[in-house]
Amino acid sequence: MEKSLNWREYIITRLIRVSGYSAIVFVAAILYFLLREGLPTLGEVSIRDLLTIRWYPIENYFGILPLLTGSLIITVGAMLIAFPFGIATAVFISEVAPRWVREILKPIVELLAGLPSVVLGFLGILVLSPYLRILLDLPTGLTALAGSILLGGIAVPTIVSIAEDALDSVPRSYREGAWALGATRWQTIWRVTLPAARSGVLTAVMLGIGRAIGETMTVMMVTGNAPVLAITPGSFFSPVRTMTATIAAEMGEVASGSVHYHVLFFIGLVLFLISLAVNIAASSVVFRSKKRAERILS
Amino acid sequence: MNRVSSSTRNLIQRLGFGFLTLMTIFTVVPIIAVVVYIISKGSPAISWEFLSGFPHDGMRAGGILPAIIGTLYLTLGTALFAVPLGVAAAIYLAEYAPDNRWTRLIRIAIINLAGIPSVVYGLFGLGLFVIFLKFGTSILAASLTLSIMTLPVIISTAEEALRAVPQSFRTVSISVGATRWQTIRRIVLKEALPGILTGIILGLERAAGETAPILFTGAAFFLPRLPGSLFDATMALPYHLFVISTQVPDMPIQIQYGTALVLLVFVLGMNLTATIIRSRARARRQW
Repeated sequence: MEKSLNWREYIITRLIRVSGYSAIVFVAAILYFLLREGLPTLGEVSIRDLLTIRWYPIENYFGILPLLTGSLIITVGAMLIAFPFGIATAVFISEVAPRWVREILKPIVELLAGLPSVVLGFLGILVLSPYLRILLDLPTGLTALAGSILLGGIAVPTIVSIAEDALDSVPRSYREGAWALGATRWQTIWRVTLPAARSGVLTAVMLGIGRAIGETMTVMMVTGNAPVLAITPGSFFSPVRTMTATIAAEMGEVASGSVHYHVLFFIGLVLFLISLAVNIAASSVVFRSKKRAERILS
Repeated sequence: MNRVSSSTRNLIQRLGFGFLTLMTIFTVVPIIAVVVYIISKGSPAISWEFLSGFPHDGMRAGGILPAIIGTLYLTLGTALFAVPLGVAAAIYLAEYAPDNRWTRLIRIAIINLAGIPSVVYGLFGLGLFVIFLKFGTSILAASLTLSIMTLPVIISTAEEALRAVPQSFRTVSISVGATRWQTIRRIVLKEALPGILTGIILGLERAAGETAPILFTGAAFFLPRLPGSLFDATMALPYHLFVISTQVPDMPIQIQYGTALVLLVFVLGMNLTATIIRSRARARRQW
């Protein structure tokens, strides 16, 4: 009996260890398939043609600048909305609200994180964009602005939960110190707690950006999908098209192995690298600040 | 600090708190409004026929049964792959992993998996499962794609739940002669179960509501019957909502809201279950 037990334990431990490493395998596999299907692009379309402003695949125009700027402008707009609301809500939940209010607010914000993006896009088509069209007197309500508003909503739960964690982990003694010196609770939040949680707040914002730039269905449904260069503030009020929406809208119709197919994978590769950069930057901020906190406390 | 009278400071504080409250209200009210709006607009469409019938007349009439069943299949399929793998990975990280470079690499990989855009998962699923492994556009390919996307959520919440179990539980179990795995299976997993379940449900909730990863891996525009095997494509609620709200002209508005409501109930039902499990476990916890 002893023996069979040891043997089983050995197998199970091995299986668990292999599962533990699976995340690395999957990231590597995703990168591999994106490279495999995306890199042929560079042999088929010159970099100069990729960096033009004309996306018209039917006639072999594969300029990805309109898609890049489309993704950027919507992400910037989303963060302009999500940052103030997200951080203010996090501060309110963590520092101001009484316990029972907190217990109600947190599940509601989590609920937003669970709302399928296609439902938000659906309401964007039927409710938000007609409203924007009339309010701002635009030819169409399906604009970068509509996309930014909804994406802002999608990024809010990410920002709130991470920023709130960061605020929570500021040692209580910091606040008590400030109060003892006669600071009001507001001054304490503003000059002690928030600065102490600075790196966590930064992480929250970065992951919010990552969340926004990768969102697909909502932007595909509400931004009008016109591949035009979006570099002026006025672009907020006209249709744009993002990288994610382009892949989602066009991949279903291309022949596997065609130039168009390769370019769509190439765009996927660009998105992957952006999210990799955002996430590594965000987590290195966390690691660094943890080390700093450990140094201070020891 | 500059000399400001205490009444001014109190006024600033009150203004500041008022501002924060207002911002929070502006954040929270739209969330509730969205849910209430969909419920009120969608509930007139709900009938037995709508839930149990097949779509007809170019999906402009009839029910959405194939989409409901399809989403159930995809969610179950995702659970089948993601739960054992995710929980095992969490056990490794919480109970076995040494604090070294490889473990840090695993953590970075998990963080990155969580951040990869859902449409990129769709591309990956297309490249690996649909084309390379020749599963075709199928429930199998879509479930596998969704399960990799769900993995980071399950791993990180399950790991947190495992780590929350006090070390003394393990010490006692080992000291009465249990092996490491026996300790994990009978003591640690049992104590961490509600937390793990919460993570699993939240992960599956996300999978159930996603559209982009299944677009090219398993979603069918229209299917007049239920899928017969793992290798069939399937309709799914989120994709169906996308289709009828953007691709089908003259779609009756009521069916659109009805479909949105069914999807919402599906997803929020899971969300609510997770919240209840968590708060119950918290109330019962003795350590």
